[in-house]
Amino acid sequence: MNENSATGDSLSGLHVLEYPYRRSLGPVLSRFFTDLRDRKLTGIRDASGRVLVPPQEYDPETAETLHEFVSVGPGGEVVSYSWVAEPRSKQPFDHPFAYALIRLDGADTAMLHAVDAGEESRISVGSRVRPRWAAEPGGSILDLACFEVEEEG
Amino acid sequence: MREVGIVSFAQSSALRERRNEVEILLPVAKEAVEASGMKRQEIGFTCSGSSDFLQGQAFAFVMGLDAVGAWPPVVESHVEMDGAFALYEAWVKIQTGEVDSALVYSFGKTSPGDLAEVLALQLDPYCVTQLWPDADSVAALQARLFMARAGLEERDLAEVAVRSRRAASDNSHAIVKGESDVETLLAEPCRSSPLRAHDCPANGDGATAMVIATGDRARALCDRPVWIRGFEHRIDAPALGVRDLTRAPSAQAAARAAGVHDDKLDFAELDAPYTHQELILRESMELPEDLEVNPSGGSLCTRVLFSCGLTRVGEAASRIASGAGDRALAHTTQGHCLQQNLAVVLEGE
Amino acid sequence: MSDAPEPITSIITPVRLEYDFTAGAAATMFLRGLAQRKIIGARSRPGEPVMVPPRGADPRTAELTLEAVEVSDQGTVVSYSIVRVPSDNIPFELPYVCINVLLDGAGLAFFHVLQECPLDEVRLGMRVKAHWAPDDQLDTSVTSIEYFEPLDEPDVPFEEIREHT
Repeated sequence: MNENSATGDSLSGLHVLEYPYRRSLGPVLSRFFTDLRDRKLTGIRDASGRVLVPPQEYDPETAETLHEFVSVGPGGEVVSYSWVAEPRSKQPFDHPFAYALIRLDGADTAMLHAVDAGEESRISVGSRVRPRWAAEPGGSILDLACFEVEEEG
Repeated sequence: MREVGIVSFAQSSALRERRNEVEILLPVAKEAVEASGMKRQEIGFTCSGSSDFLQGQAFAFVMGLDAVGAWPPVVESHVEMDGAFALYEAWVKIQTGEVDSALVYSFGKTSPGDLAEVLALQLDPYCVTQLWPDADSVAALQARLFMARAGLEERDLAEVAVRSRRAASDNSHAIVKGESDVETLLAEPCRSSPLRAHDCPANGDGATAMVIATGDRARALCDRPVWIRGFEHRIDAPALGVRDLTRAPSAQAAARAAGVHDDKLDFAELDAPYTHQELILRESMELPEDLEVNPSGGSLCTRVLFSCGLTRVGEAASRIASGAGDRALAHTTQGHCLQQNLAVVLEGE
Repeated sequence: MSDAPEPITSIITPVRLEYDFTAGAAATMFLRGLAQRKIIGARSRPGEPVMVPPRGADPRTAELTLEAVEVSDQGTVVSYSIVRVPSDNIPFELPYVCINVLLDGAGLAFFHVLQECPLDEVRLGMRVKAHWAPDDQLDTSVTSIEYFEPLDEPDVPFEEIREHT
């Protein structure tokens, strides 16, 4: 423990929690992540006909089991975004970037991911984006490294 | 329904703490118990809300019991949620007829950890958490959508901050308070666009405690018990992309079911940690436009995670007990982007 | 046979969180004592049990324990377990004994490790003392006590430690 407290007479020290979780995927996310490794984007159709991306095992409204996979993307559209001017150490980039909700072509719901837009003025609601794939897939959502903004015209 | 009244309420300062959670909580729980007029051993049920992830100690909530005295053994329960949900469990426990009174407490010590990273663990662990979106950025996605749908500008959000900070001026527990003006706030850079620092909660460490009791018991214990007239909570789907983030259907459903609209409200204490979330809640909970919201300054000015919801109930009850209103709504939210919402309707004797 | 890669059935989602853990007043006092080869507990008032290690409150009565009380570094084993499961966090050779030791003057048993004692000689009631780290390794940490070791004293009768077992 450290006697370094500027604000009080209490010891403090670094405490690390680490969870190296391996999560089993189940049939739906197994398909999603396998396709992602193979550079394909996959959603699932819910009871009302909407295509959910990422795919869910159960209908969020009726809890019905879902099983009809649908290919989506690879392009999509920014539904909302927030510009991260000062990225944190765990975040996907060490330069400014956007988190965005992206509706892939053929999907009815939006997925959250990072957009490497360079500067904030290059992204807006409605921007067309396309995936940038990881050079070496490692089996995670980061096999889709990020999205990038398509040049207009 | 059994009549249940709030008999006493106490909260700590919300400043960054060097004390451990027992040291923070003990004086607060003691103050609430002593103010109730009951002895600790007479209180039928003890229920708490907190999250071990905040201080990074597994089962930290068990150690919290040291602060309330668990000998002889007490009837006890804990929720990994805000203390307002512990209050709900205690209220249900009283409704079952098993007990006539309860001590409810909550504590949150967020300063040791990196709150932005801790809160990312609330997100989908498969598809979202590994991107480590911080809570402010997630809220900003919602803010942008809401502003577009409601035709609002960043100025409208700043006005919520100015009003909240002014209201917090009289709140000795508030972290951020005082006069500010929209132009100055808008001159600051964005933290996660479109949100600036003033749109995001002022986080602190602290604890809250409350004693509740049934009708005649509550009347005997205090001059003006504050009655819980309606109490409901509802939840929306967790995945951010599957719901309309500009609305909070669970807040609407909870408010309606709690009977918010059965009579006139004098004010509301809403747990809206972000400026735009107050506006979403006002709309979703169908509150009158001229209703006074967050006379305490709200969670925007003072957020002790896992305690600020119970604090909203306590602030509202204290205000009614002092005669500054007869009927109020208190609200609590959990999860990202107002996913889960609780509404409680309070009335003075 | 297809040579397509296997489907992905699980993913690793590592979580690592760093905290600046603050000990609080009671544990700070205790840890500072250890750096001086002292074991310091706390009680709410004279006559009440001394909590070691102290956490700031008497958990039975919910009173603050503001009175610091130094207790002995000798005590009595009130429970033990023989550990045969390896862990990266444990510096001791397997198998080893962990003990609950009631330090003389304390009202609460204290968890540590027993060394320099054959496994078949560990017993309830046996007397032990702290083996402190060398001066240059003393720290505000429980590692200031490297382990407990047997003390050449008669056992304490079970009746006297019953309520702590």
